[in-house]
Formats: sequence, C-alpha cells, structure tokens
Amino acid sequence: MTHALEVSGLSVKTRSGQGILHDVSYAIAPGEVLALVGESGSGKTTAGLAALGHFRRGLAAAGGRVLLRPRDGEPVDVLTLTPQEQRKLRGSAAAYIPQDPALSLNPALRVGKQIAEVLETHGFAGSIDDRVGEVLAEVGLPSDTRYRRRYPHQLSGGQQQRVGIAMAFACRPSVVVLDEPTTGLDVMTQTLVLSTVRELTAEHGVAALYITHDLAVVAEIADRVAVMYRGDLVETGPAEQVLRRPEHAYTRRLLDAVPDLDAPGGDVTPAGKTVLAAKNLTVSYGQNRVLRGVDVSVSRGECLMLLGESGSGKTTLSQCLAGLSPGFTGTVALDGVTLAGSTRQRSDDERRRVQYVFQSPFSSLNPRRSIAKSIEVPLTRLTTLSRAQRRERVAEMLDRVRLGREVANRLPEQLSGGERQRAAIARALVTTPDVLVCDEVTSALDVSVQATIVDLLGELRRELGMAMLFVTHNIALAREVADRIAVLRGGEIVELGDVDTVLTRPSHPYTRELLTNTPRL
Amino acid sequence: MTAVEIPRADAEGEPPTHHSGLFRTAWAFPQAKIGTALTALVVLVAVLGPWLGPLVAGHEPTEFAGKPFKPVGIAGTDGLGRDVLSRFLAGGTTLLLYAVLATALGIVLGALLGMIAGYRGGLLDSLLMRANDVLLSFPQLVIALLAIAVIGPKGWLLVLIIGLTHAPRTALVARQATVAVRDHDYIRAAEMYAVPRGQILVQEILPNITGPLMVEIGLRLTYSIGYIASLSFLGLGIQPPTADWGLMINENRIALVVQPWGVLLPVLAIALLAVGTNLLADSLASAAAGRTRETRS
Repeated sequence: MTHALEVSGLSVKTRSGQGILHDVSYAIAPGEVLALVGESGSGKTTAGLAALGHFRRGLAAAGGRVLLRPRDGEPVDVLTLTPQEQRKLRGSAAAYIPQDPALSLNPALRVGKQIAEVLETHGFAGSIDDRVGEVLAEVGLPSDTRYRRRYPHQLSGGQQQRVGIAMAFACRPSVVVLDEPTTGLDVMTQTLVLSTVRELTAEHGVAALYITHDLAVVAEIADRVAVMYRGDLVETGPAEQVLRRPEHAYTRRLLDAVPDLDAPGGDVTPAGKTVLAAKNLTVSYGQNRVLRGVDVSVSRGECLMLLGESGSGKTTLSQCLAGLSPGFTGTVALDGVTLAGSTRQRSDDERRRVQYVFQSPFSSLNPRRSIAKSIEVPLTRLTTLSRAQRRERVAEMLDRVRLGREVANRLPEQLSGGERQRAAIARALVTTPDVLVCDEVTSALDVSVQATIVDLLGELRRELGMAMLFVTHNIALAREVADRIAVLRGGEIVELGDVDTVLTRPSHPYTRELLTNTPRL
Repeated sequence: MTAVEIPRADAEGEPPTHHSGLFRTAWAFPQAKIGTALTALVVLVAVLGPWLGPLVAGHEPTEFAGKPFKPVGIAGTDGLGRDVLSRFLAGGTTLLLYAVLATALGIVLGALLGMIAGYRGGLLDSLLMRANDVLLSFPQLVIALLAIAVIGPKGWLLVLIIGLTHAPRTALVARQATVAVRDHDYIRAAEMYAVPRGQILVQEILPNITGPLMVEIGLRLTYSIGYIASLSFLGLGIQPPTADWGLMINENRIALVVQPWGVLLPVLAIALLAVGTNLLADSLASAAAGRTRETRS
C-alpha cells in the first residue's frame, strides 16, 4: 500500500543547535489514523507540523524527508519546496486542525464565508457554495444559509471545532494533522468530534495524524500509535498492541498514569463530622443564574468530587466556599459557624482553615517571587510564627509535596507545570487547613503529571486528615480521588452519592451519559 | 551572540518579565548598545563638564574671554565674548538634573494612579481615567508655557509642571499593564490571604509591570529633555547668565554663519541624548513585548 504521508529520518534543531527531534520516521496510509502521543515538550507538535513543512519560529529541519502524496499526483518532498509551493499544498493536499478552535477562526467572518475562503484560495473547481454545504453536512452541522451566516462566537466550542474540521476537509486533502483538537471540550462533545474525524477519514481515505497526550482518547480513535519521548519515537505499532502490550518503559508509564474508571473500589473513608457545609447557595450574574440553591457538605477526612462541565457553575461554587466570590445568597458554614462571603471579612483562623488551590499553576504563583516566598505568604498573614519558624515550615512543606528544599529560591518559570502545581499545593497546605478546595488542579497538566498530583493529594489528605473538595470535569478521576461524588449541571446538583453507587448505578441520565462517553483504554 | 527563541511546549511561553532577564534580552538588540553609548557619552559630558570646562578651555563659563563671536580658543566665543566650549561643558548639568527629576515625578505619580485605577476598577477607575483624559487633551508644552508665564521661570516649577504633565500619560500605560496582570490567580491568592491592598500593589503588581514602566521611563526622559531644552530656548526655562544648552542655542543662533560652534555643540548634545534615550526605550519595549533578536545562521 502506498502511504499518503511518509516522514523519514526527520531531525529538527533550534537555530542555536539544540536538537528537538532526532531521526523521527513515521508513515500513514490513506484512511488510517496515526496517534502521535507524548507529554508537553516531547516534540509531538513539531513532528506533526513538519508534515506541512512548517516549523515554528527558531526551528529548522536538520535532515530527513517528508514525502506527501497529494490525492492526484506524485509524492513530493515538502521540505525541498519553496515557501510558495508549500503554501499551495497546505489546505489543499495537507490540512491542519489546531487545538483551540476559538482562536483559530476569524471572529469577524461568518462561518460559511470562512470555509468558502479556503476553497477560493485553492481555486476549487466546481461550485464553492455547494461544497460548503456538503462539507458542513459531513461534519454533522446544519448546512442551511442561516447557519452559514453565523459568526464563530455564536457557536459552541464543539461546533467551532467542527467548523475547523470542515475547513480542513473542504479541499479534500490527503493528509490532515489534528493537534489535540478535543482538549478544551467536554466529554460528550469530544465523543462527537472524535466520531466525526473517524468517519471522515475512513470515508474519504484521508490519512490522519492525531496529536494528543491522552491515551484514553487514542484508544477511541487510532489505528496505530507512535509514542514520542524527548524528541525520539520510542515505540510505534498497532493501537491494540501498544496499548495492551507496551514494549517501552515510557509507554508503560504513560499507560499507568491514565485514570481507570473500572478499577476495583478502594477503601472509602467513613464519613466523619461535617466540616464545611453550604446551604441553598445561589449566585446570579444579571439574568444568568449560575448556581440555583446548591446544598453541599464535606466531612472530616473525606474527599468529595464535584463534577461538572464548563459552565456548570463548579468553579463559582468552589470560590464561594473559599470566600473568593462574595456575591452569593445562602450560607457557608465552617463547623456550624456561618462564614462571611469574602475572605477579607473572615477571621485569620477561618481563612487558615479553608484553603484553595487554583486551576492553573502558570497563573497562581507570582512570577517575580521565589517559591519559598510565595509559600510563606499565608504563614506571614495568618499565623504569629517567627521568621525562622516560618522558614522551617516552608522547607518542611516543600519536602512534603516532594519538591525538595532546593527549589526554595527558584522562580516559578524555572519549574515545570507539575512542579509549580506542587508549590501551589504547598502554599495551600502550609497552614494545615481543615478543608482543601482544589479547583481543576490537574486540567492544565499532562495526564502523566496529573497522576502524580492526584497521588500526592491523596497521600497528603490521609497524612493530614483534612477534608477535600476536588472540583473537576473529568469523571475518570473518580476512582483515584473521591469518596463521594456530586454531579453539578446548570447550577444544580443532579446526583450525589458514594463513588461506587454513582459509577455503577447512576440515577441521573446526565451521569449515565458522562460515563458512557468517557474514553477508556 | 545568538539570541534565539526557544520554543516552549505549553502556556509557559510568556514574555520575559524578570528584571535581569528584561535587560539581558534588551541588550541583544543593537539599539540598546548604540543607545547606551550615546546616552553615556552625553551624560559624561554633562556630569564632568563643569569641572573639566575651566581646565580644558582655561575660562569660567560666565567669564569674559575675548571679543564676541570670534574663533579664539577651541570653539570660539559667544555674543558676550564668553568661551563657548566652557559654556557647553557646563551647560548640560542643570538640563539633565531637571529632566531626571521631572521624569521621576511623572513616573511615580503616574504609575501610582494607573495602578490604583487598574487594580480597583469600577467607578474609581472610570473617574480617574476620565479625569486623566481631560488632562491628556492639553498639550504638555502649552500647559508649561501657561504656568511659567503666570509664576515665572523657576527651576522647581519647570520640574513640577513637566513631571505633572507626564503623569497622566504614564498612568495610561500603568493602568493598561495592571489590568493585564490583575486577573491572574496570584493576585486572587493574595486577596484570599487578605494581604492589604497597598501591599498587593507594591509586592504583587509592581514587580510584574516593570517592563512597560521601564519603557515609559526611557520615553518620558526623552520628552523631558526635549521640553526643558525647548523652554530654555524660548527663554522660559533656565535663565541667563547660567550656561545651558537650550539657552545657548538661542543666544548664538544669530551668529550661526560666523560662529557655528555656539549652536552646533548644544544641538548635537541634545540630539544625541534624545536619540540615545529613545533607542534605549525602544530596545526595552521590544524586550518587554517578548520579542527576541533572531540571528539567522
């Protein structure tokens, strides 16, 4: 079988000579989906973009060939073409679907026009109007004029991504490169997008390169898998083989990190005394009611998973509890004592007892302050410890979160995402809180890093005996972290119960839908 | 030296904001080196000039040295027969001092107002910024002329009025920069620990907006130099018989053809200083915007 894309011996270096890719080879047949898997910084995006002959600023190819076979023609080595010739191929013979559809669509152009533009640019033979309708229908979107006259902001994230896919498939390319196209989407939309991609590639004989860090997604979509680690392809093979019988140690490590929904139930912490309880919590922004009378509580030593997709109000709820979002009605009580809405009105001790870890470790630490200084802030503010005592506590805490004392004087930019999140967790735990609210703490991290953070939180919870509210959109983590699950939807809790009960006998249709759509290995 | 953008994998690719990092990145631009050289040259002349003048030229800047507009000595004499070179060497100190003071006043005041407006937001922000817009609608030089016409050409007034008119311009920049960092979670974390608001401004926000503020310092310094020299030229700034570059240009321009040094030297010095500080500001701006100089191999 002739391959639609054949990359052989590709090496990429920075202009200062640092190697990014070392001798990478892969090939994709028409109608096949090859998943390129690896963590952040492994070079998977660089390897994918090379298929289009594109290198990000500061990078250049240092050897190898990228043979691309257009639908009707001879294979060409993309790397030897002039920029003009490369541009002609991109969008017509090889297309790219970026990670964030909201950023890649032009907000000022109607979606129909945007798809038509691709066809016009590449001199599509035939009726452009008909083709736009056809390709919209192919990705499962309405193709009527009213829909085509919409602007990107009038579409949901999933629809935007499908418009992106429509644009990529418009010129009937022979190769498409998809760069984590479902990362920002909730599981239901993800399933839809994945099946759209599957159908389109199979039906039109398109070779697809699917770049992702999530092995569970790979299991859903890929025919073959290539695993990248620090610029090297360490393992390639049929999906079934790589996922079931991995040969390389790194692949096994990646697989171990994937949270398993079907794992046997662990020991569930028996419910103790209620520490933090919210009653009838309601939040409205103008006409928009974000929370509609939510009751939720956590007991000593227990972990409650608050599950919901974006827009469900889960972040608002957790911020109300932590005192970061004061404009709510209803009550938040700590050990039966009602708390003020804003942290500024709470007492030092109340502030100390409820701590919050932010979603993105890239934004939650002051980039200009050393890690130790950042962790020291709550101690300075909330305790009367002396300077030497504070230093000692910070160092102790750094050990506890497995960062080590040597990072104390580093700046956040000198740490990786996972290390930064550990530092943020250390800051929240340094004052030994009774309740820890974790808001999507793993969503900005790779799956492999996510596993270590989740493990760490579990261990610390047992060591320190605190209650934890784990806010997430990812039900797959349930077995790993939670004792109980509360499912939040449209500002209301639609299901609440033990992990076992919710996962095996969900009572609400929404929970059932979540469970069926969550990708598994 | 090769300065190349190293590709980062994820959200870590933020523009370098760290102090030494900013200067190091800026230094990679040729503008930074040329700017530093020019500025240093003129500053050296202005600082050492008053001591060097009598030694090199053999005359005090205000002393009678010979017939008017005659090419005696190295650079000749001016209309009152004073030695041009010694006046030139002595003429930069006041200008530079006033310019630095005016810039400092403008930056401190403007940054403070801008940060408060940007951080607090809401009604306070609107009030401060609309008042700011009103002030911005007056040309700086016109306000300065008005104030000096009313009160008289005093050194402190010069510094005060130029500093004050810089403030609304700096406030705009500082507010913009503050708004960009305000919504970061580390600010919310500080809020969560009830860190006093003043402390949040100084410890959390200020260190993260030094990039744009550095650029602003360079830019405002350039303008200060220009305005003070212009006002002196118009006779409304530094007063005779003090030696001053702006004033010298006016005193000597009638004899430009017979004795060009009296005009050329101060014009050259002011121009080099303005270009130098501007180039510096430019390189800092490029570095703060996250651009790096790419050397093609």
